[in-house]
Amino acid sequence: MKENAGPARHAHLVDERLVLWYFLAALGYFAVSLAGGLLMALQLLNHNPLRSLEFFSPGRWRMVHTNAIAYGFIANSFLGALHWAVPRLTLKPVLSRKLSWLIFAAWQVVVLATAGGILVGQAQGIEWGETPVWIDPLALAGLLLVAINFMAPIVRTPGPLYVSLWYFMSAFVWTFLTYGMGNFLPEYFVPGTGGGAIAGMFIHDLVGLFVTPIGWGLMYYFVPIMLERPIWSHGLGLVGFWGLAFFYPLTGIHHFLYTPIPMFLQYGAVVSTIAVEMVVTTVLINFIGTVWGMGGYVLQHVPLRWFYTGMVFYFITCLQCALQVTLTFQALIHFTDWVVGHAHFVMFGVFGFWIQGTMMYLFPRLLGVDWARPRFTEWHYWLTAGGMFVMFVDLVFAGLVQGASWAALQPWEDSLDVSMPFWWVRLVSGLAIIAGQFCFAVNLYRTYQAARLKRASLENLAAAQS
Amino acid sequence: MFETKSGIFLIAGLGFFLLAFLSNGVVPWLMYAHLPEKSVEQMVEEQANDVNRSRTVLAEFRDLRDRYPEAFAKLFGEPTNANCAAALREGRRIYIGEGCWHCHSQFVRPVSNEERRWGPVSQSWEYQNELQRPVMFGTRRVGPDLSREGGRRSNDWHVVHFFRPRMTSPRSVMPDYPWFFDDNTRDGPGSPNRRGFAIITYMQWLGSWLENYPHYHDPDYPPRPGR
Repeated sequence: MKENAGPARHAHLVDERLVLWYFLAALGYFAVSLAGGLLMALQLLNHNPLRSLEFFSPGRWRMVHTNAIAYGFIANSFLGALHWAVPRLTLKPVLSRKLSWLIFAAWQVVVLATAGGILVGQAQGIEWGETPVWIDPLALAGLLLVAINFMAPIVRTPGPLYVSLWYFMSAFVWTFLTYGMGNFLPEYFVPGTGGGAIAGMFIHDLVGLFVTPIGWGLMYYFVPIMLERPIWSHGLGLVGFWGLAFFYPLTGIHHFLYTPIPMFLQYGAVVSTIAVEMVVTTVLINFIGTVWGMGGYVLQHVPLRWFYTGMVFYFITCLQCALQVTLTFQALIHFTDWVVGHAHFVMFGVFGFWIQGTMMYLFPRLLGVDWARPRFTEWHYWLTAGGMFVMFVDLVFAGLVQGASWAALQPWEDSLDVSMPFWWVRLVSGLAIIAGQFCFAVNLYRTYQAARLKRASLENLAAAQS
Repeated sequence: MFETKSGIFLIAGLGFFLLAFLSNGVVPWLMYAHLPEKSVEQMVEEQANDVNRSRTVLAEFRDLRDRYPEAFAKLFGEPTNANCAAALREGRRIYIGEGCWHCHSQFVRPVSNEERRWGPVSQSWEYQNELQRPVMFGTRRVGPDLSREGGRRSNDWHVVHFFRPRMTSPRSVMPDYPWFFDDNTRDGPGSPNRRGFAIITYMQWLGSWLENYPHYHDPDYPPRPGR
């Protein structure tokens, strides 16, 4: 009886099918996003095989690319992982399973409608918020339901909360507020420069107040479980959370430095951004302290390897960010591929990697069998991580060259000519990522087949015994 | 307070967000409250009524009529102020829908020799209008900045360029937009459709509010260095 208490309790807490479906949906959108990225990469090399076709226009697919990542891949993966982590942390199920499935269905409608709307040319003019205006109210309602559904077990938990829940709780509030602020104010109420300041906040809050807190919350949850030791310092955890909560919302205007937005606000954004990088360093020190002495284990343990690779990349992007946000760097690298490299490195190299690690950890538990193709697990990691790192370095250097070409007042097309070698390398690195994800997909499919086989044989066994 | 539900919900969740929104959002919003948002009609009319002006966006709109009289008459009728405003509004929608703003910026910075390449540094009042809500600053320049693009090239240059950019700019990486034109052939565009007229009018509007709105026909229009 005692042995059964654990699994029975888990089944009461976690809706495993829902987690599985969220992950599969996330991977589907990720495939779409990769296709969009590939199309854009080919266009920049003037080798687009789908030229002159309206619904394959690279300009529209560029927006599908980013939206599929933010709302398709990351949001779905996070919701899946939260449906695992929050009930297990609070020891209470979410408010309602029916509501959870309703949210799942509604969110897929939101993502598919966004992609469809963008492809027929209805995008909204806000970066990361291209969701056509008629979908925005539905998306906002969905985010409110998500918050209510997950807040229920958190609120009913007595006493002070664990670190992960600080991050999750505030992320539910912030995501709702951020989405409402960014998608409605600059569209309907605030024109020009003032609207630009709000749109800048939206761009950054989406990363800083939605993706970052949920990502770190999941790290604070999964890493101690996998290492089987507690987080190194609770105090640093407090510093990290409250530092992020205070400084991150203040950084948004750094996306529009040297615009007509008042200089004192630009300086404020620069200082806040550098403060965020210092806060981030404390969080990383905490996670290094947690893993200290177990480095070899991290290399062997695939999910942990994804997590800590993501953290190393996080440190690199944050160091880069503290430099690039200064006005000195901005003069050279703003508008260039440097920023594109940074964005890819953060959104995929960090949070995407944490998601991949989470999936590597949870899929075997959801399916009830181990990964079927361990060699594909390795190819998946090395192709993806290698491709991502090469793409980042390549785009950073491309940005420096482009910025120098512009400042030297060379003819505009020269900046394209000097970009070409970098764009070819970017194509190759992108193809490596796609190949890595292909290995992941094959591995997952084989594992699913193994799981089915196992279930069938168990059923046969049970039938034979009875 | 630091680990409790109410502390996290009220201080971190609501409080800090509100603080940032007030200081970084409401402050700049109020700072430009004295510059009311202009409607498109207002801007077109202001230019048309300005006696010191030789060129206006309306003149470019008329020029489109002269080049494609039949198609223009069918789609827009007369090149009136109201029709020009409608075309601008539609052109901006297309500019957003096609993702133009992800490869073209609309602001000139006071650094990196940008003043010499594009023209005067951007100022707040330029953006206090309906067509800059949401503002089209942009964050990436694969192609050139467009905030001073109006009047620099002729309408027929834009027609060919939108149809297949490499016909006019051999090293361009811009995608083709043949769906802005009807009756295209293998060799070139037919006449612009509604989308084509609208996006070209929008192109010619960009920067038309400045006193030195250039005109490609003027013999003394100086070519900018580096373009």
